[in-house]
Amino acid sequence: MNLLDIFKRRSSAPVARERLQVLLAYERRNRSQPDLVSILREEIMAVIAKHVQIDQDYLQVSMDRGETMSTLEIDIQIPNKSAVPMAMAG
Amino acid sequence: MGKVVVVTSGKGGVGKTTSTAALGAAVAKTGKKVALVDFDVGLRNLDLIMGAERRVVFDLVNVIQGQAKLSQALIRDKRVETLFLLPASQTRDKDALTEEGVGEVIDKLRSVFDYVFCDSPAGIERGAQLAMRFADEAVIVTNPEVSSVRDSDRIIGLLDARTLRAEQGEQIAKHVLVTRYDAARASRGEMLSIDDVLEILSVPLLGIIPESQDVLRASNLGSPVTLSEPLNAAARAYLDAARRLEGEELPVIVPFERKGFLDRLLGRRAA
Repeated sequence: MNLLDIFKRRSSAPVARERLQVLLAYERRNRSQPDLVSILREEIMAVIAKHVQIDQDYLQVSMDRGETMSTLEIDIQIPNKSAVPMAMAG
Repeated sequence: MGKVVVVTSGKGGVGKTTSTAALGAAVAKTGKKVALVDFDVGLRNLDLIMGAERRVVFDLVNVIQGQAKLSQALIRDKRVETLFLLPASQTRDKDALTEEGVGEVIDKLRSVFDYVFCDSPAGIERGAQLAMRFADEAVIVTNPEVSSVRDSDRIIGLLDARTLRAEQGEQIAKHVLVTRYDAARASRGEMLSIDDVLEILSVPLLGIIPESQDVLRASNLGSPVTLSEPLNAAARAYLDAARRLEGEELPVIVPFERKGFLDRLLGRRAA
């Protein structure tokens, strides 16, 4: 450890402040749209349920947030009528 | 009509209960009628900090469930006669509190007392939300540390969304109380400064409570620090904060620990 290291170690507060500012800006944005994923999940489920009967567990909705773009991943498994037990198993 | 003040933080262990006791006692010393309500059902501690743990007969849940009258459950402080405590239940689970029941108790307290301090449990769940539900003002207790500041921000969001006042389109007055502040470490850049905390949270400052061994000492003795050692730096900071809460405009100074030569030489010893 050299002298510069000692100096660097001391000022951790500016790092803390910057990390908090970035994080909270992000968290506050998301707070205004309360749990978007679960709202989407419910509405998608309702649309599908109009046409096909599926179980809640067959629908996966997840959001991957990136810096400039976010990905919404929707995975719906529709079991074939004839193969319900197999789909259940898989 | 009294004022209802929730003391909250999100994060645990930052000093909610200590601050509730110290602020409540400071306000009561001026002659105002003050009730302290412990909302930490299952993990009550305000009784211990107030030194009233052996005098608890009935609690908040008993009152809500109609097993005791409010007047039977309130414990009068032995040092300040206008100071009262409504303890939380130790045995029940937190679902024993209903919004309707809490609302009725708060309304009754509000009609009798000048100030009702609600000591919130940690977290953002039901207990914490019920503690803030009927509040007019909020004291957000924050340590100058990343996780505490983040949780405070979360709580501020809840205060603006889930309190009755917020739902009715009214403002809930919010104040930040920075506790366990070490001015020397902050000046060396080792700890978030007051300006950092205020800039990030953008909520006005109620006070700065310096890190002090006397706060622990007061807890050990079961007495709010504002009663047991009013000349101590932390106690003076709480007394000033209480005056600001009552609307007085006082400049916020960073109180310092007065250390005598012998204190420095021997280190401070706890009682």
